[in-house]
Amino acid sequence: MSMRSASLQDDVGATLNADALRADARRESFGLLALLSPGLVLVLAVIIVPIGWLFWLSLFDEAGQMSAANYARFFEQASYIKTFVTTFKVAFTVTGACVVLGYPLAYMLSQLPRRAASICLIFVILPFWTSVLVRTYAWLVILQRKGLVNTWLMDLGVISQPLPLANNFAGVVIGMTHIMLPFLVLPLYASMKSIDTDCLRAGMNLGASPAATFRQIFLPLSLPGLASGVVIVFVLCLGFFVTPALMGGGKVIMWAMRMEQTTSLYSNWGAGAALGVVLLGVTLALLGLFQWLLGARATGVWSQR
Amino acid sequence: MSMENSLPISHRQRLWLYALGGLVMLFLIAPSVIIVIMSFSGSSLLQFPPQEWSLRWYESYFGSLEWRDATIVSVKVAVMTAIVASLLGTAAAYAINARTLRLTGAINALLTASLIIPVILIGIGTFFLYARVGLNNTLTGLVIAHTVQALPLVVLTVLSGLRSYDMNQEMVARSLGADRFSAFFQVTMPQIRFSIVSGALFAFITSFDEVVVSLFISGGETTTLTRRMFNALRDQIDPTIAAISTCLIVLSIVLLSAAQLFGRGR
Repeated sequence: MSMRSASLQDDVGATLNADALRADARRESFGLLALLSPGLVLVLAVIIVPIGWLFWLSLFDEAGQMSAANYARFFEQASYIKTFVTTFKVAFTVTGACVVLGYPLAYMLSQLPRRAASICLIFVILPFWTSVLVRTYAWLVILQRKGLVNTWLMDLGVISQPLPLANNFAGVVIGMTHIMLPFLVLPLYASMKSIDTDCLRAGMNLGASPAATFRQIFLPLSLPGLASGVVIVFVLCLGFFVTPALMGGGKVIMWAMRMEQTTSLYSNWGAGAALGVVLLGVTLALLGLFQWLLGARATGVWSQR
Repeated sequence: MSMENSLPISHRQRLWLYALGGLVMLFLIAPSVIIVIMSFSGSSLLQFPPQEWSLRWYESYFGSLEWRDATIVSVKVAVMTAIVASLLGTAAAYAINARTLRLTGAINALLTASLIIPVILIGIGTFFLYARVGLNNTLTGLVIAHTVQALPLVVLTVLSGLRSYDMNQEMVARSLGADRFSAFFQVTMPQIRFSIVSGALFAFITSFDEVVVSLFISGGETTTLTRRMFNALRDQIDPTIAAISTCLIVLSIVLLSAAQLFGRGR
């Protein structure tokens, strides 16, 4: 198309040429839009429309009257408050555990020679791509009452009664930490990799000890990567379903489980939808805040391998 | 950027770091290793290491009609998802890469929405929608829902392939008389095919391992493997699941290695 409009240039005026170019650009845009549309339509139909619909539903009470009853419930009923408290407690604990475990690992990976680092990265990427269900099952086997840890400890005579490791808060935290860890390590590793070693070498040449170089140069430079990992882990924790449902033993009720119960068990769509709307609001607010503060997208974890 | 001996710190001074990192790596990999080993146990008790070895849990997996049907459903859905998602995802990535459209940011956000919107909300919303249009408990419904979840991964993977490809080559082909489609299929596609295949593999694995949405929209004859596993785990811990898990782990390793191999080829 652009060829044809270019060859026209000689025999028609410049105005006509500009028109032809503009028409060509418009045709190009339409073509690209046509390529995008199947994907966009699908996302709109399966994600955006139902969520909008649920939001609309959440504004009506069980009698069909428009009211804020579904939202007021969150502040009035103790069980909802307990769910929120549990959810945030789990999310904070898991995020903290991920930082404590993930930072040294990412730091080690960033300091290793390239070959060794890519081998060690397999230990992060393989779990990342292993089914959440498989990993939760593994932790159930390891942590339950007659599980591996308890059997070992009792055989060794360390304990006489099995420790309550699964079907409680501890089990949920351990299982979820295992699932969330790669989401923290991958962006953190990528950001540590991009720290210029010359900065560190300069610090050491000027007489700083390794510890001071780390604390005053490396640590501050790695904070944006850490922040992006922390935000994504925290946000994923808030809406996480599989591990608490299987390892909570019915005692640790998190936000997503509450949503499943309200809709599937009690068929209370308005209340379930309201829970979903607030969850989405909190998620988007945290991600938006992060993007505004650091100017980076938190979904970067999926685009790098 | 070479990291070798770049800092005047010896490996010996770093031993504590290697020890710590090694422990975290052990934490990450141990559960999978334990499950793989236990799947070959001869006993129905959970012992590690197992006292006797057998393939009885694999026999119980492959011999059960229910597990086999669920596996077939999952494979069918994953294959179709991989095909549909890589077609739609490649088309979308191509359009985004051209950068001539306005609102590219919004389009990007929309296409990657399923990565950040809580899956439970997508599950409930999809169930609600499907109940109106009669897509619950159908293969079509599962493929559509999984495609939406796999789409961002394909878009991101293909986009990164396109970024390292010079679009001018396609322009040259078109200026030499090729139309847009043949220019894409004969010039661009052969050079980004590795990214497309990687994207398709990621889509397959995403669909095959998907739990939460399937929990809501699959059932009856279209029960997926993960849904059946989830329900089985809610009741009791059956070592058959160790055998199934091992198969899933092996599948992940194979697909991931393939994606890595193709990724390097570009």
